[in-house]
Amino acid sequence: MKALRNVLDKIHPLFSKGGRFERFYPLYEAADSFVYTPGEITKGTTHVRDAIDLKRVMITVVIALLPCFFMAMWNTGYQANAAMQLTGGSVEGWRGTLLGLLGYSANPDSFVDNMLLGAAWFIPIYLVTNIVGGLWEALFSIVRGHEINEGFLVTGSLFPLICPPTLPLWQVALGISFGVVLGKEIFGGTGKNFLNPALTGRAFLFFAYPAQISGGTSVWVAADGLTGATALSAAAEGGVKALTTMHSWFDAFLGVIPGSMGETSTLACLFGAAILVFTGIGSWRIMLSGLLGAVSLSALFLLVDSSTNPMFALGPLWHLVIGGFAFGLVFMATDPVSGAMTEEGQWVYGALIGLMCILIRVVNPAFPEGMMLAILFGNVFAPLIDQLVLKYHIKRRLRHVEG
Amino acid sequence: MSKTRDVLFDPIFNKNPIGLQILGICSALAVTSKLETVVVMCLAVTFVLVGSNVSISLIRKQVPDSIRIIAEITIIATLVIIVDQFLKAYAFAISKQLSVFVGLIITNCIVLGRAEAFAMKNSPGLSALDGIGNGLGYSVVLLIVAFFRELLGAGKLLGFTLLPSINDGGWYMPNGLMLLPPSAFFIIGLLIWGLRTWKTDQAEEEN
Repeated sequence: MKALRNVLDKIHPLFSKGGRFERFYPLYEAADSFVYTPGEITKGTTHVRDAIDLKRVMITVVIALLPCFFMAMWNTGYQANAAMQLTGGSVEGWRGTLLGLLGYSANPDSFVDNMLLGAAWFIPIYLVTNIVGGLWEALFSIVRGHEINEGFLVTGSLFPLICPPTLPLWQVALGISFGVVLGKEIFGGTGKNFLNPALTGRAFLFFAYPAQISGGTSVWVAADGLTGATALSAAAEGGVKALTTMHSWFDAFLGVIPGSMGETSTLACLFGAAILVFTGIGSWRIMLSGLLGAVSLSALFLLVDSSTNPMFALGPLWHLVIGGFAFGLVFMATDPVSGAMTEEGQWVYGALIGLMCILIRVVNPAFPEGMMLAILFGNVFAPLIDQLVLKYHIKRRLRHVEG
Repeated sequence: MSKTRDVLFDPIFNKNPIGLQILGICSALAVTSKLETVVVMCLAVTFVLVGSNVSISLIRKQVPDSIRIIAEITIIATLVIIVDQFLKAYAFAISKQLSVFVGLIITNCIVLGRAEAFAMKNSPGLSALDGIGNGLGYSVVLLIVAFFRELLGAGKLLGFTLLPSINDGGWYMPNGLMLLPPSAFFIIGLLIWGLRTWKTDQAEEEN
């Protein structure tokens, strides 16, 4: 490892001020701080000295996402293998050739087969996301002369997890480009974006190419010509009855159902939530208030009931385990940049997201899933909520001065 | 000479009514999903701009200050009604597509803005040039927006298919977002970004 350090030190003068590649300093800095802890230390006496920095925050989020990554690959493979076993289809194209070399046999009971097939769908999307997004990130860093931020590591991990497995790769590239450039960089990069970049990219695809990201039932299972409705669209069509004939509640909780790759498993999200809350990186206030908001509104709908809309009868238990609710609430809503920052504000912000999500799912017939739009909606209101909380505090304290 | 040139050409890039002053945005969002409607809309707005600028400039010394807005609006509304009736008579199909937005030229901030800011203070000749210039500035932005929206959203330009879409047996997958009004926001935003990178004096100071 010493050799690597020596190489980095040796080429450092080339990239520092006055060096030949001065313009490309951000690339050097990114490579250096990716493998080593930065050598700079806090100067002066007024700073809090803490081992936690942006890099560690982002890495922790990625670690918290690991269970979801695992489920994304396994479940994508399992759904496709199980579907192909029923219809007798086979994996086609380069995936078929590659998997054949690896001794893949399309058996849904085999852990290895599921992981292999899932990886063959997930990894291309992951790579495209990170290469294309990374290029934009590097381009903006070089032109604007700031360092490449670790923030993209999280965006680049979240985005593939909220894509359906069959999403065409050029759409992945377009979506992440939109998310990174229009969702983040034009506002000044990491820390200045008011929307979650991964969700912005998904929202772009959602409205631009609805057929590939949510259209019909053929996008959720990665096997040619096979259909599998998501739990939410099944529920919107036929209510709880249709849902329970397809999946048990426990299946939905474990995540053995079709859906966007990383979001199906509530259990995996709970692991992630535990890590985020324990390390203090994700706000437990946002998660809890989002949960309360969703539970209370869906319980209310359950009580009211409706003869024409089967979604009313779905109830809170189901709402929590299907669709992207758990994933969105744990990993997206708690984004420290686009979410509310004040403690009281976080309660309002989380509740707003929970309520909006259920409202869109149940009452709006155009969209079966509401979590993406609910979080973006919450993001837009977060600065306003914070502003009001601060105003209230200032007013409250002024009373003491005047009193 | 240079003043006349400035009056005519400045509004195109240097003082673009949409790009710099952010006026007239509502019609830029509403009518730009097709190039054809945009061409008609641009002609209509330019006609109203020139007409109102000249007429208001002619009476600028007779109108008392306190009722000038009423006089201006009356003139603009008259011109818009003429345009509206003309379109209904000779281009009924397009007039139906533009629907309420022809009538809404009355409230287009560019028209009243130029009347107030320019025509009230300048001679009819200069005001006419200013009207043409601002009409051009407005048209340039709308044409660019409509060009991208129609091309990317439907694969067509002026109704002719350039990128054959998958539904018709071609290869292009139309971008549905481009047919929705918010896409005009994105395109205008990117245009303004480009414009302010090119002409840095247009960028607002950070506070």
